[in-house]
Amino acid sequence: MSNVKMTVNGTTVTRDVADNTLLSDFLREHLRLTGTHVGCDTSQCGTCVVHVDGRAIKSCTALAAALDGSDITTIEGIKDGAELHPMQAAFKTHHGLQCGFCTPGMIMSGIDIVNRYREEGKELTEAAIRHELEGNICRCTGYHNIVKAIGEAAGNMSDLAKAAE
Amino acid sequence: MSEGIGARVARKEDKRFITGKGKYTDDIRMENQAYAAFVRSPHAHARVTGIDTAAAEAMDGVIAVHTGPELKADGIGDIITGWAITSKDGTPMQCGVWNPMVTEYARYVGDAVAVVIAETQALARVAAESVDVSYEELPATVFADRALDTGAPQVHANVPGNLIFNWEIGDEARTGAAIEGAHHVTELNITNNRLSPNALEPRSAVTVYDEAEEHYTLYSTSQNPHVARLVLSAFYQVAPEHKLRVIAPDVGGGFGSKIYIYPEEITCLWASMKTGRSIKWTSDRSEAFMTDAHGRDHVTTAKMGFDENGKIVGFHVDTIANIGAYVSLFATATPTYLYGTLWSGTYDIPAIYGTVRAVHTNTAPVDAYRGAGRPEATYMIERMMETAAREMGMDPAELRRRNFITEFPYQTQVLLQYDSGDYHTLLDMAQKAAEIDGFPERKAEAAARGMLRGIGYSTFVEACGLAPSAAAGSLGAGVGLWESAEVRVNPVGTIEILTGCHSHGQGHETTFAQLVADRFGLPIENVSILHGDTDKVQFGMGTYGSRSGPVGMSAVMLALEKVEEKAKKIAAHVLEASEDDIVIEGGEVKVAGTDKAMAWHELGLAAYTGHNLPEGMEPGLKETSFFDPVNFSFPSGALICEVEVDPETGVTEIIQFTAADDFGVIVNPMIVEGQVHGGLTQGIGQAMCEGVVYDGDGQLVTGSYMDYQMPRASDVPSYTVRHGSTPSPDNPLGIKGCGEAGAIGAPPAVINAIVDAIGTQDLQMPATPLAVWQALQTVSARQAAE
Repeated sequence: MSNVKMTVNGTTVTRDVADNTLLSDFLREHLRLTGTHVGCDTSQCGTCVVHVDGRAIKSCTALAAALDGSDITTIEGIKDGAELHPMQAAFKTHHGLQCGFCTPGMIMSGIDIVNRYREEGKELTEAAIRHELEGNICRCTGYHNIVKAIGEAAGNMSDLAKAAE
Repeated sequence: MSEGIGARVARKEDKRFITGKGKYTDDIRMENQAYAAFVRSPHAHARVTGIDTAAAEAMDGVIAVHTGPELKADGIGDIITGWAITSKDGTPMQCGVWNPMVTEYARYVGDAVAVVIAETQALARVAAESVDVSYEELPATVFADRALDTGAPQVHANVPGNLIFNWEIGDEARTGAAIEGAHHVTELNITNNRLSPNALEPRSAVTVYDEAEEHYTLYSTSQNPHVARLVLSAFYQVAPEHKLRVIAPDVGGGFGSKIYIYPEEITCLWASMKTGRSIKWTSDRSEAFMTDAHGRDHVTTAKMGFDENGKIVGFHVDTIANIGAYVSLFATATPTYLYGTLWSGTYDIPAIYGTVRAVHTNTAPVDAYRGAGRPEATYMIERMMETAAREMGMDPAELRRRNFITEFPYQTQVLLQYDSGDYHTLLDMAQKAAEIDGFPERKAEAAARGMLRGIGYSTFVEACGLAPSAAAGSLGAGVGLWESAEVRVNPVGTIEILTGCHSHGQGHETTFAQLVADRFGLPIENVSILHGDTDKVQFGMGTYGSRSGPVGMSAVMLALEKVEEKAKKIAAHVLEASEDDIVIEGGEVKVAGTDKAMAWHELGLAAYTGHNLPEGMEPGLKETSFFDPVNFSFPSGALICEVEVDPETGVTEIIQFTAADDFGVIVNPMIVEGQVHGGLTQGIGQAMCEGVVYDGDGQLVTGSYMDYQMPRASDVPSYTVRHGSTPSPDNPLGIKGCGEAGAIGAPPAVINAIVDAIGTQDLQMPATPLAVWQALQTVSARQAAE
C-alpha cells in the first residue's frame, strides 16, 4: 500500500492505495470520477486521457503511487464554474460526439494538442489534428466533426489566451 | 429559430457527456458490490474433463466459483436464436446447443467455462487464473469455406456436416437460363471479411437480487432492454418478467453487438441470487474481441449475365456464411432475409436466384453488425457491376444507369417491394460533388508524381425500418418488430415521451423532442425522452436496423395525434368554440380567426384538474401508440471514392469521399450527417484495415487494438455529404433511416477505386498496403508476360 497525495481538479486528495492501482482505477473507483473511461487494455483507445501537470497522459498506463504529488485534471475539472471549456463547447456545437464514451478522452487530448501547438508556435492544420489524434479511437463519428471541433476550439482558446495576457 | 423537423438543433444530451457526467453501466456501483471474472476456454474445441476450483475458492476475498453444470441444474435455459430458417428441401435448420457456460464441450476460444465472484475486480481476475480446468483438445473447424469439407471436424454432434441450413431465394430455372443465354457473363469469387464491432464502451452488466421480493435488476449495455428481459424470462428462466427489471443507461455505442443477450448477463443474474450479492462484470477489450458477436464472414461465388446493351439479364449467387460456434439471436436472419432479399440492389434484374449455406465453426458467434447482410449484398453486387463494366469496356457509372430501377413501387425478384427512390438524381449529385469531370486531369497529375489514382462507385439500396411484424413472422421471426410510444403531457404542460427505442449515440433525446416542437411549437427544452428502463417504459423492441426513425418516431407521431385530438376537445369546451376551429401552434391553443386562446400549460392544467371537461371525458392527457410498419423503408445512395495508391508501398490514401444519400425526410440534418460520417468510416475500416483473423487451429490472432486495426483519424478524410429526398410513403413522417448507410455503401466504393487505380480486380478486403502491393505485383507479372 502507498499513501498518495494529489491535487485533482484543484482539490487536494489523500488515499491509501495498493501499489498496482492504475491512475484510471484511482480516479474511477477511489475518487468516483467516472468521466474518465477505460475502453481497452493496451493503451490504444485514449478514452482514459487526463492531464498530469498540464500534459495529456493515458491514465490506464500510469500507476497512482508513481504520481504522488502530481496535479491532475480530468474531464470533470475543465469547466469554469457553469461555463463550458471552449473545447467542450465546440464538441457540442459541431456534433463531435455521439455515444459519448470516447468524448472525455477526445476533449482532454484536444486541449493538450491545442496547447502544445500554441506553445511551440506551430500551425494546427486539419492534417496535424488528424495525426495528433492517433491515440484516440472513436467508433461513432468518423472523426469528421471531432476534427472540426478541435479546429474551432483552437481559435477560441487562442482568443481566450490573448485576452488573458 | 425553429426546432422542428428539419432543424439543425444541437443535442440536448451532450452536456452530460462533454462534462464527464454520462452514466454508463460500469459507472454504477451498488452497495455491497462484488465482481465477476470468467474463466474462458483457451482452445477452439475441447472437451472439459475436469474443473478444480479449490485453489480459487480458498483465496481471501473469493465469494464463489460457479460452473456450467450448476446453471443447468438450476434450470437456466440454453441461449436461443430468434429467427427460424427453413432449408430449400423443406427441412428446419439444425443448430448446436448453446449453454450459457460450458457443460461439456468448449467450442471457441473464449467460451465461458466458469465464473469467479470476488470482492474486487482485480481479485476476481487473479482467482480466475487459479481455476484449474482440464481439457481434452479436439480438432477444430475454423474457416467458412472448409466447414462443409468431407471429414471436417464436427462442431456439434447434432449438426451433421456443420450445415445449419441451405436456404434459397428466387427462381433457379429462369435465372440459370438467363445466364446461359447472356451476351456476357461476369463471375467473381468474393470474400466479405470478418469484423469485430468494437463499440468503444465494452459490454458490462451489474446485477442485483432482492431476496425479500424475489426480484432481479439488470443494468446492461443493451440496445434493447425489453427484448433482453423477454428472452431472459421466457427462455433462460432467470425470472418472470414482472420480477425482472432491465435498465440500459447510457450505452457507449452498439452497432449490433449489444442487441444480443450473452452468457455473462445470464450468469451474473443467476449468481446474484446464489450469492446474495450485487455483481458487476465488465468486459475488457481482449474479452470483447473474443466474445462480442462478430460480423460478416461470407465466402461467395456470383455470376451476373448481361445482354449486348449492358442490361442485366440474370444474377446467380452461392454464399457460405460463417455463423460461428453458436447461433446468436439474429444470426440466421442476417445472411438470409437481410441479405438475399437485397440482391437486386438498385437495379432492375429480371431473374435472380441464390443459395446461402450457413455453417458452424469453432469461432465466436457471428451476428448482425452495422448493416447486417445488406453490406454483404451491396459489396457483392457493386463489385460485380464494376468488374462487368471493366470487362465490357463500359463506363461503370453508365452501366449502373442503364440498369437503375426508375419506377416505384418496384417489386424485386427477391421478395421486397421498394417504396420510393430516385437513383439517377443521387448519382448526378454525387458525380457533381465529386467533380468527376476533372478526374482524368487529376489522374494524370498523380501519374506524373508516380502515383496511381483511381475512382470507385457504389450505388446501394437497403431495407430499413425493421420491420412489418406479420411479414417478419411469416419468414420465421420469433418476435414482432413494431414500436411503441407514450406521450405524457404534465399538468404544467411539459411533456415526457417514453419510447421503446434505445439511444446509444443516435441522439433520440433531441430528435424525438423535435417532433413535439414541430407539432405544438413547444421548445424542445420542455420535452424529456425516457428510454432504456423496463420499469418506466411500455414494451418496445429497441434500436437497430435504422428503426428508431421510421418505426419509433412513427409511434410517437401516432401518440401525438391522439394527444392533439383530446387537447382540441378540451380547448373547444373551455373556449366555447368548435373543435374544428382549434389550432395548436407556438405553445398556444387558439380558436382560429379570433383572439380567444389558452396557453399550452393552461390546457395541461385543465386536463388534470378535471374541473371543466367535456361531459364523459376522462381526466388527464396521456396517450400510447404502437406502430407496426406496413413495409420496410428503402434508403439509397450513390457513393464515390477517389484514392491514390503508392505503387512502391501499396499504401492507399483516400483523397476524397462523396456520399449522396436519400433518407427520405430528415428530422435533424446535423445528426444524420454524423451517422453518415460514422458509417462511412466503419465501411472504410472494413475495406482497408479491419479483419478478424483466426489461425488454422482457431486461435484468435487479432485479440487487441495492437492487432486489429481500427480506422483512426488520419486514415479517413473529411467527407462530402449530400442529401436527396424521396419520402417513404409507408410511415407518417416519410423517414427512411440513416444509421447503416455508410457502412453498407462504402466498402465497394473503396475497393472499386483501388481496383481502378491498380488495374486488377484480384483484391479482397481488407486492402492493406501489403494486399494492394501484392495485387500490384500480379499486374506487373502479367504485363511482363504479355
